[in-house]
Amino acid sequence: MTEFWIRFARNRGAVVGLVILVLVAAMAVLAPVLFPRSPWDMAGAPFMPPGEMGMLLGSDSLGRDVAAGIAHGARISLMVGAVSTVASLGIGVSLGAIAGYAGGWVDDALMRFTEFFQTIPSFILAVLLVAIFSPSITSIVGAIAIVSWPPVARVVRAEFLSLRGREFVQAAECLGKSRLAIIIGDILPNALSPIVVLASLMVASAILLESALSFLGLGDPNLMTWGFLIGSGRSVIRLAWWMSVFPGVAIFLTVLALNLVGEGLSDALNPRLARGRA
Amino acid sequence: MDPSRLPAFLLRRGIKAAIVILAIIVSNFFLIHAAPGDPASVMAGQSGAADERYLAQLRTQFGLDKPLLEQLWIYVRGMLALDLGYSHRQQMGVAALIWQRLPPTLLLTGVAFALAISGGVTLGALAARRVGTWADSVITVIALTFYATPIFWVGLMLVLLFSVVLGWLPSFGMNSVGADLHGIAAVLDVGRHLILPALTLGLFYVAVYARLTRATMLEVADQDFVKTARAKGVPEGRILRRHVLRNALLPVITLAGIQAGQLIGGSILVETVFAWPGIGRLAFEALLARDYPVLLGVFFCTSAMVVIFNLFTDLLYAMVDPRVEVQG
Repeated sequence: MTEFWIRFARNRGAVVGLVILVLVAAMAVLAPVLFPRSPWDMAGAPFMPPGEMGMLLGSDSLGRDVAAGIAHGARISLMVGAVSTVASLGIGVSLGAIAGYAGGWVDDALMRFTEFFQTIPSFILAVLLVAIFSPSITSIVGAIAIVSWPPVARVVRAEFLSLRGREFVQAAECLGKSRLAIIIGDILPNALSPIVVLASLMVASAILLESALSFLGLGDPNLMTWGFLIGSGRSVIRLAWWMSVFPGVAIFLTVLALNLVGEGLSDALNPRLARGRA
Repeated sequence: MDPSRLPAFLLRRGIKAAIVILAIIVSNFFLIHAAPGDPASVMAGQSGAADERYLAQLRTQFGLDKPLLEQLWIYVRGMLALDLGYSHRQQMGVAALIWQRLPPTLLLTGVAFALAISGGVTLGALAARRVGTWADSVITVIALTFYATPIFWVGLMLVLLFSVVLGWLPSFGMNSVGADLHGIAAVLDVGRHLILPALTLGLFYVAVYARLTRATMLEVADQDFVKTARAKGVPEGRILRRHVLRNALLPVITLAGIQAGQLIGGSILVETVFAWPGIGRLAFEALLARDYPVLLGVFFCTSAMVVIFNLFTDLLYAMVDPRVEVQG
């Protein structure tokens, strides 16, 4: 474990990313303490520039505090990113594991299915899904999961294909273990590192996707999100630049941090690859 | 590739494309039925849903009282005849609506795509050539930055800088309102309106292609035929251009084909930000009005466009690279 951290820390960008990520998470956790009032409540006069009336990042067209919106939005962004990633890992790992372990026509059929999902414009499908099932946190998480599992399935399948012929799998088969036990207990643990790296990148793209949906007005109407803040600032950008600038910075920093951490994880989990790259 | 095998190759790819398009139609059908509420009200859209006579007409037209399989057959038959439904709100057929909005989207995505490929390959090649130097780091940082920025926010920031602060470029629409321009002046006017949206849509993919070009060039540079060329005394610049870059371009073409769909998806956001009158803007308007037939039609048309585009890249690939085995 210490060796893992040493290798992770060797990538300076990854350490910076981890620090940013911890700060964003802290902001999300502390939001109710830092900004006890609902982010939907009026906190001052509308269109106040940053720093006026005790509002660090200014106020919006209804006098709501932009900083409060960003802090509360962090909770939603991180939550949506994490939950939808877990859900799409669930789909991708199961399909990839079955395809890679079974091989033959099952593999063929599942890969055609995966290709289909990679061909169609995923963002438009996500928009369609959320619109048809009406915007709510569940439909958003579901839509993101449905459009983001194909890369997982491909990676997991490739890992399973290369692992399933190894001696330890054959040994487990000889011992009479069930297929499910072999898939979960023997092969999956050995395929974890690429999945972990992919997962960190998926959280990043899920956050981007959620912000894009909210920007289009497909966010959960009861939740304050970064994308919603930018969307509401769009039409008044000539009047109040701070309304759209700061939430965007929040998204940028969070997604950048996750990408950097992903690279660090990849270096730490595949030391051979990292040395080759340096 | 052997030219005599081209027809068989085309046929196989054509069948595959047709299956994908059929699958899209079937998923549209099941989306309509999975939606909460009556399928007829989904097909009517929000504005038509109150009109009981219209709903009854839709029920007979799509045989909604018949068994599910028969309904599916009626739906697929209609879609294959390019009857994409009717927008009650716009009082117009969906196919006609999309057809009318197609040219601006093709212009926008085409220009953005050309920008992304040329910019991305150039930057990636530069980074690979100067690997480990400050130029490489700068290009990597730029790529990481665009990777992490929401595309609609990039658009807004460009508007803020170039329209609001500097006042150089128009921030919305495709033509100047009421200018009534003709000939070359009209083309230049559209061009000025095109700069910001195309830049917004293209910049993200510049980053994607730059990273990919850099990675594959470094990979190819390690291979034996490059060492051979170097041993023969081929000048370094020529090795990079003719031996490394040419081989590194193939994965870039593949990825570009795969990402065509993403590019079109991004154009919804960009067209929304810049009020560009294309399919993306149409989808956004349909979204606000919950005009489901239009949304489903946009999904179908953009998917079909991606499938056709992929067919072209496959063909291009097979013609460019003689090693490509034309199977499957």
